[in-house]
Amino acid sequence: MEKIKAAIIGSGNIGTDLMYKLERSDVIELTAVIGIEPESDGLKRAKERGYQAFSTGIQAIIDHPELADIVFDATSAKAHIHHAEVLKKLGKLAIDLTPAAIGPFFSPAVSSDEKSRELDNVNMITCGGQATIPIVHAVNKVADVTYGEIVATISSLSAGPGTRANIDEFTITTRRGIEEVGGADQGKALIILNPADPPILMRDTIYCEVKNMDEKAIQESIENMVETVKEYVPGYRLKQAPLFEGNVVTVFVEVEGAGDYFPEYAGNLDIMTAAATRVAEDFARSMLEKKSLI
Amino acid sequence: MTKKPIQITEVCLRDGSHTVAHQFTVEQVRNVTRALDDAGMHYIEVSHGDGLGGSTVQYGKSLVNEMELIEAAVDECTNSKVAVLLIPGIGTMSELKQAHKLGAKLVRVATHSTEADVSAQHISQARELGMEALGFLMMAHSVPVDKLVEQAKLMESYGAQAVYVTDSAGALLPHQVSERIKALRGSLDIEVGFHAHNNLSLAVANTLAAIEEGATRIDGAVRCLGAGAGNTQTEVLLAVMDRMGMDVGIDLYKMMDLAEDIVGPLIPGTQEIKKGSLALGYAGVYSSFLLHSERAAARFGLDPRDILMELGKMKVVGGQEDMILDVAAELAKKEKVRV
Repeated sequence: MEKIKAAIIGSGNIGTDLMYKLERSDVIELTAVIGIEPESDGLKRAKERGYQAFSTGIQAIIDHPELADIVFDATSAKAHIHHAEVLKKLGKLAIDLTPAAIGPFFSPAVSSDEKSRELDNVNMITCGGQATIPIVHAVNKVADVTYGEIVATISSLSAGPGTRANIDEFTITTRRGIEEVGGADQGKALIILNPADPPILMRDTIYCEVKNMDEKAIQESIENMVETVKEYVPGYRLKQAPLFEGNVVTVFVEVEGAGDYFPEYAGNLDIMTAAATRVAEDFARSMLEKKSLI
Repeated sequence: MTKKPIQITEVCLRDGSHTVAHQFTVEQVRNVTRALDDAGMHYIEVSHGDGLGGSTVQYGKSLVNEMELIEAAVDECTNSKVAVLLIPGIGTMSELKQAHKLGAKLVRVATHSTEADVSAQHISQARELGMEALGFLMMAHSVPVDKLVEQAKLMESYGAQAVYVTDSAGALLPHQVSERIKALRGSLDIEVGFHAHNNLSLAVANTLAAIEEGATRIDGAVRCLGAGAGNTQTEVLLAVMDRMGMDVGIDLYKMMDLAEDIVGPLIPGTQEIKKGSLALGYAGVYSSFLLHSERAAARFGLDPRDILMELGKMKVVGGQEDMILDVAAELAKKEKVRV
C-alpha cells in the first residue's frame, strides 16, 4: 500500500519516541530524523533504524523537500515559530508537538470540525493537555464545565530540556486547550516535576466545576472517554473512581507509556507521540484518498 | 564573597496565606503592611501561598485577587519593598509582569531542589524587567549537599542575585542547615538566603546557624503566621539578633506591637506545634500540605498523620496537593478492607 512520507525535526525525547511509533504506521512512511546535535542519541538511533539522519535542523527540509509531505516538529515553541513559516512556504503539513500553538489544537479523542478544512499546521497542545482535555470534554458534554483545572505531574527524568525551557508555554497552551477543546468556560493548568527514584508514572488530576452535577451521567461519560483514549494509548487509565463534592468533580488518571524510547513511567512522552501519530494518520489517509482520485 | 548586610523578608502575607486558606482581605494586607513599613521591615512578600497564579482548586482559591493585594501593599509602603513568589509551572511571566507593573520590586523564583533549570526563563526575564531576582530551592532537606550546590549554581548562572536554602518541610536540623549554607557560600559569588519552618521547633536555631555561616537573606513570619507551624517568628528572631549584637535597623518594639495587635488577630487557630505540624517536620512533607491533609482526613475518616507519613514515603514535592486526596481515598479503601 502507498504511504505518505514524513520526517521528524527534533531528536530529543519526544522526537525519538515518535520515531518508534511511526515505524508501526501503515499509512505513514518515516524517511528522516532531523536534529542539530550530530552526536545526539536520537540521531544515532535513527541511523541504526535505517532512516536518513541530518544535523542541519530545518535546513535539511529546505535542501531536501522531497523527504516528506508531513513534518513533525518536536523541537521547542520558539524554534517552531520559524519552522512553521518555512514549512508553510514549502507546502508541508506541520504536526507541531511543541506548545507554540500556531495551528488549531487537536486531540484524537475529541472530534474536531477543523479536520475537514485545508490545514498546513496543527498543534498537539501539550502532553498534560492530551492526558486531561478529553476528560474535561467528557464532563463538559453532560454537565457543562464552568471551570476546568488540571495538574500534570511527570517524572523529572522524562522532562527534557525543551520542556523545561518552555514551562510557561506549557501552562498557557494547556489552559487554552482546556477552554478551546475541552469546552470549559475557563481553564487553568499546573505542571509539577517529581524527581522520585524509581520514577513515578505520569499522573494527572482534573478538577471540573460544573453546572449540572449528575454523578451517574458524569461517571459514565468519563469511563467512555477513557476507553476512547485507550485505543491509541493503551496505558491510559483512571487511578480511582471520580470524586464528587459540591459542584466539583475530581478525576485522577495515570498514564503508563508503551516503553518505546523511554521506560513505561514516561506516559507523558507516550501520550503526546501516540496522539500525534493518530492525528497525522488521519491526514495521511485523506491525502491518499485525494491522490487516488486524481 | 564579600559579606553584605542582613536583609529580612517578612512572609506572613504570603506563607501565612496557607494558614488563612488564602482568605486575606485588602484591609488586612493594608494594616499589616503599614505597620511593617513603619517598623522598618526590608521586604514584605505578598502573593497567594503557592505564589503568583496559585489561586486554584488544587491549592485553594483566593478570596481577593492577589494583584489587588499586591497593589494595596505597594500603596502602603514608604520604605519597605514588596516581594512576590513565583513557582514556574504554577505562575507564569505574565503574572510576574503584572505584579512588577503594580510595583513589586523583588521576585523569588522557586523550584524543587532538583529542578532549578525550569527557573531560567523567569529569573532572566525578571532581571530584564529591572526586578531583584532570587532563587528559592524548596524542600532543601531532601537532597544531598552537592546536589543543592549544583542547582544553586544553575540559578546563579541565570542571573539570580541570591539563592535560598528553603526548608519547606521544616525538617532540617541545625547542623544540616550549617553544612548547606557553608557549601553554598563556598561555591557561589552571590548572596545566600534561608527560609525556615518551625515544625520541629528549630526555626530560630536554624536561622541563627544560617546567619553564622554567612546567610544574609533571611525570612521570618510574625507570630509564625506561615504554613504548618509557621516560619521563623520574626519578632523573636529580631530580639535574639539584637541580644547577639546584630542590628538590622528594624524597630523591635514596633514589631512586638504589630505582632500582638495586628497579626495575632488574623490567625484562625493556633500556630503552636501540634501533632499535624510536628508530623510534617518529622516526615519531611511540604508544610502547606497540613490543612489539606486535615480536611482529607475528616472527609475520609482518617488520622492526618497517616496521610502525611504516606506522602513522605512517596517523596511528593511542593505543589502536589492532589496526592493528598488520592492517598486519603486509597487509605480509606484499605481501612474498609481491613474492617
